[in-house]
Amino acid sequence: MEKDYTLSRRFFLKASGALMALAAIPSTVKAYYHEVKDFLIPPKQTLPQTLTINKKAYKLTADTRATLLDVLREELNLTGTKKGCDHGQCGACTVHVDGQRVLSCLTLTAMLPGKKVTTIEGLAEGEKLHPMQEAFIECDGFQCGYCTPGQIMSAVACVNEGHTNSVTEIKEFMSGNLCRCGAYNGIVEAIQKVAK
Amino acid sequence: MRPFDFTKVTTVKDGITKKNDVSQFIAGGTNLLDLMKKNIAQPETLLDITGLSTTIKTQKTGIQIGAMVRNSALTLDKEILANYPLVAKAVLAGASPQIRNMASTGGNLLQRTRCVYFYDTELPCNKRNSGSGCSALNGNNRMSAIVGWSEDCVAVHPSDLCVALTALDATVRVTDKNQTETVIPFKDFHRLPGTTPDKDNNLPSNAIITAIEIPVNPFNKHYAYLKLRDRDSYAFALVSVAAALNIENNRIVDARIASGGVAHKPWRWLDAENFLKGKEATTANFQEAARIAAEQTKPLEHNAFKVPMLKGAIEVALQNCLTA
Repeated sequence: MEKDYTLSRRFFLKASGALMALAAIPSTVKAYYHEVKDFLIPPKQTLPQTLTINKKAYKLTADTRATLLDVLREELNLTGTKKGCDHGQCGACTVHVDGQRVLSCLTLTAMLPGKKVTTIEGLAEGEKLHPMQEAFIECDGFQCGYCTPGQIMSAVACVNEGHTNSVTEIKEFMSGNLCRCGAYNGIVEAIQKVAK
Repeated sequence: MRPFDFTKVTTVKDGITKKNDVSQFIAGGTNLLDLMKKNIAQPETLLDITGLSTTIKTQKTGIQIGAMVRNSALTLDKEILANYPLVAKAVLAGASPQIRNMASTGGNLLQRTRCVYFYDTELPCNKRNSGSGCSALNGNNRMSAIVGWSEDCVAVHPSDLCVALTALDATVRVTDKNQTETVIPFKDFHRLPGTTPDKDNNLPSNAIITAIEIPVNPFNKHYAYLKLRDRDSYAFALVSVAAALNIENNRIVDARIASGGVAHKPWRWLDAENFLKGKEATTANFQEAARIAAEQTKPLEHNAFKVPMLKGAIEVALQNCLTA
């Protein structure tokens, strides 16, 4: 017991001595730490950019790695656009860029300057819902609602593209949007309703 | 994702000058960003080439499609729909409308395999980590190749567009690091795995694809693209078939049969094509062509089902050519 105590006291003295020595050269250690860190973890790069989203200009400095989806949700609080798979397999993050439906999870904001982004928040005019939003409510085009913003953005584009000539055609051109609740019949009905 | 520098390039020359072994061009990004998120691709610089080669040009010898033309544009172009409709058919069989709006023509050629082991960084894969071994060879190889594979790699090329392009004898226009323009025949563009499956294709290092060219051809009347997959839409092919016939007085003057989902590269069934030349367009001849193709396959443990699937798909695709 006595021996243990002596040992640990010796260790304490040694350790604190070493720490004191380190504290005496803080700038050198810090520089060395950063050198090692930069070697192991490459420093992040940022880009100042102006994004036009729902007719509004947003100025921000974003990481070059930032996807439109993450910037919408984490930086701009436009959380209507949903993150499903984050790998382009589910369609939950569908938005429009220059009027074309695209996946925001596979879009870098660095590639967007000069382009116009429309999200689900940009569809309604004030309190007046977009006809597709109305139709989704009327036709029961959702259950849990998680895929719905993506479904609606895709559905609006599907109508604009004119791919609504049959149920088969609608299903084919809506295949990029998955709905795990299985509200597909309601979704197809809503699209048919708006297409009329 | 590894941090990277981002630069927009203004001309092909600018892009080529800035390209090196640690930088990568980004076009549609639908495959590259996915790979970067999984740390499979780790470029130090991304060179945005979306401003380059964005037009479709009709030429005397054929059509020239700029490498940056989006996939969806191929399905709407009047010249393509009139004279190269197989291309539009194949594109529409692939991906989803959102992805087709983003993905580029050149990028389509360069997309990496969707082999599950390539994506699983915990397991060996010669394509991802050369020399580490092929997990699919004796693993779950249901989606893997049935022809042209090697012990080192059994992955398949995932493209639909490329199946149509190889059927139509397209060429790939490339500018290399020395700013020299070369034209690579489509059949020589993609590679078989051999012992170097980490190389998907024969694009010279740090070169850029500027355009895809399709020669004038007589295959705009009798053509079909048939894709068989686990669900009706938005899935990669188990087996796909691009078929095109040039028929005069019920005799087949020329035939093209290509497949996706079967090999490391878009695959041409040349012996089956040659068999059909000069023959009548009959079910019996189509069946024989399908048999010839199917006979050349060598399935793995879990994908023998692809062989009868391929045989049926070729026969049906050829039949569909008559009603297209």
